[in-house]
Amino acid sequence: MTRDDSTALMAAAVAAALAGPGPELSAARRELLVSIVSVARAVFGAAAGSILLIDERTGELVFEATAGEGEEHLVGNRFPSDQGIAGWVAATGEAMIVDDLAASAVFARDVAERTRYVPDSIMAAPVTCAGVVLGVLEVLDPAPQSRSSLGDLDLLTLLAGQAGIALRGVARDAVVRPDPGGPEPDYERLVDLIRLYLGWDRPRQAAGFRLLETLGSVLSAAGQ
Amino acid sequence: MTAATTGRDETLTWKLGGRSPDEIAINTTVDQRITRDWAWAGATGESVRVCVVDSGVQGDNPLVGPIQGSYALAGEDPGSEPTVVETEAEDAYGHGTACASIIRRIAPQCKLYSMRVLGKVGGGTGAALLAGLRWAVEQRFDVINLSLSTTRPQFDRELRALADQAYFQNTIMVASAHNTPVESFPWRYSSVISVGSHSQNDSDFVLANTRPPVEFFARGSAVPVAGLDGKPTRNTGNSFATPHITGRCALILGKHPGLTPFQLKTILYLTSDNVRGGA
Repeated sequence: MTRDDSTALMAAAVAAALAGPGPELSAARRELLVSIVSVARAVFGAAAGSILLIDERTGELVFEATAGEGEEHLVGNRFPSDQGIAGWVAATGEAMIVDDLAASAVFARDVAERTRYVPDSIMAAPVTCAGVVLGVLEVLDPAPQSRSSLGDLDLLTLLAGQAGIALRGVARDAVVRPDPGGPEPDYERLVDLIRLYLGWDRPRQAAGFRLLETLGSVLSAAGQ
Repeated sequence: MTAATTGRDETLTWKLGGRSPDEIAINTTVDQRITRDWAWAGATGESVRVCVVDSGVQGDNPLVGPIQGSYALAGEDPGSEPTVVETEAEDAYGHGTACASIIRRIAPQCKLYSMRVLGKVGGGTGAALLAGLRWAVEQRFDVINLSLSTTRPQFDRELRALADQAYFQNTIMVASAHNTPVESFPWRYSSVISVGSHSQNDSDFVLANTRPPVEFFARGSAVPVAGLDGKPTRNTGNSFATPHITGRCALILGKHPGLTPFQLKTILYLTSDNVRGGA
């Protein structure tokens, strides 16, 4: 991550935190996501479908909408986003299909623990909004003709794009996705300080800012 | 969708799509001495150093074989450049392992290396991609397989400079086109070899694209690859088309060491299945 990039992300995080709690997934939006999953499941003749969103604070993927096998218990379930097929799609923003999974003992055990359903085939496409990956639209065990179809992968990507539009303005955390390799930024304490600053009158703000600038210079010099 | 609604040039193609190979036939009068037999018959990729910049490569996977070296990004400060460390041959996603198994199948005696830019540490950002790729270029690998790209324009300039550096030092960079028609990097640069997918059930079938930005189409559908338990799965996507071209480059370089990227790309073109009169 470049310094500019890092700075922009931190600024976005602070702005988002100052704005207070973001809008929750409304019932209507959640209904739309479920509808998109259901359409995907029907179009590809799949056993199940899910939309998983990235929880930036925990680095996990969370089931937000499901249809078919496992739909009763999956919503709210979480698993690490740095592994597996859905994790790959979330990390790269690239769609893919993996077929013939039944022979994979490793994969089957992993998926079974999470979903109580063991698929033989997975199609997955990124849910994006304004170029930012918010999550993954996943279809389990599509009909055989879809399991290696580049055209069907394109279609799933289009449906995932609709989910991204449905989420516009909701998943603001995805915009401030921190570098997984970096330390957890202590935004909350920083925001508390900024709130305190904003509550002061103008002269006190100016004096406070000068103090912060001086402190910044001292810390910068000490770090060199 | 129209060009007006998508904001891009609709004449550009990312993948073969519904077209048949005959629809993009190319007739050439170029010297017919460049044939497949001349280019790579009998070659195994022996002594060619290939680096897979991806999610890591599983070390003990029987469908991948020996890994000469595994490296990853490290670094705790999000404001600074990640550093590169030697690491265990691991792959949490399975993607890099799948790509490596395709290269191994095509060029069985090439020397495979892994640079992990996605996964446990420091991954998932354009910066990680840039840092990992920079390291791979500095190591002067013969071929770099990059089944990844970044959509973030702030990395465009540095990635382009890096691709040029690779080009002029004779490191072949083979890069996946994005699966969807969005702008991403570095596959868009003319200094790399860019790859999209066709749906033919043939790993030896390669097409030269008559319309940019993607230069070659290779098998990207139901590709037999290594799963993380060493058993085969079948994967679909541009990611898996790219290692086919990487493997072919390793074969050609094994038989004809010292080729420049310009020469190698010309050979790939003349031996493509839709180029008539050349090979």
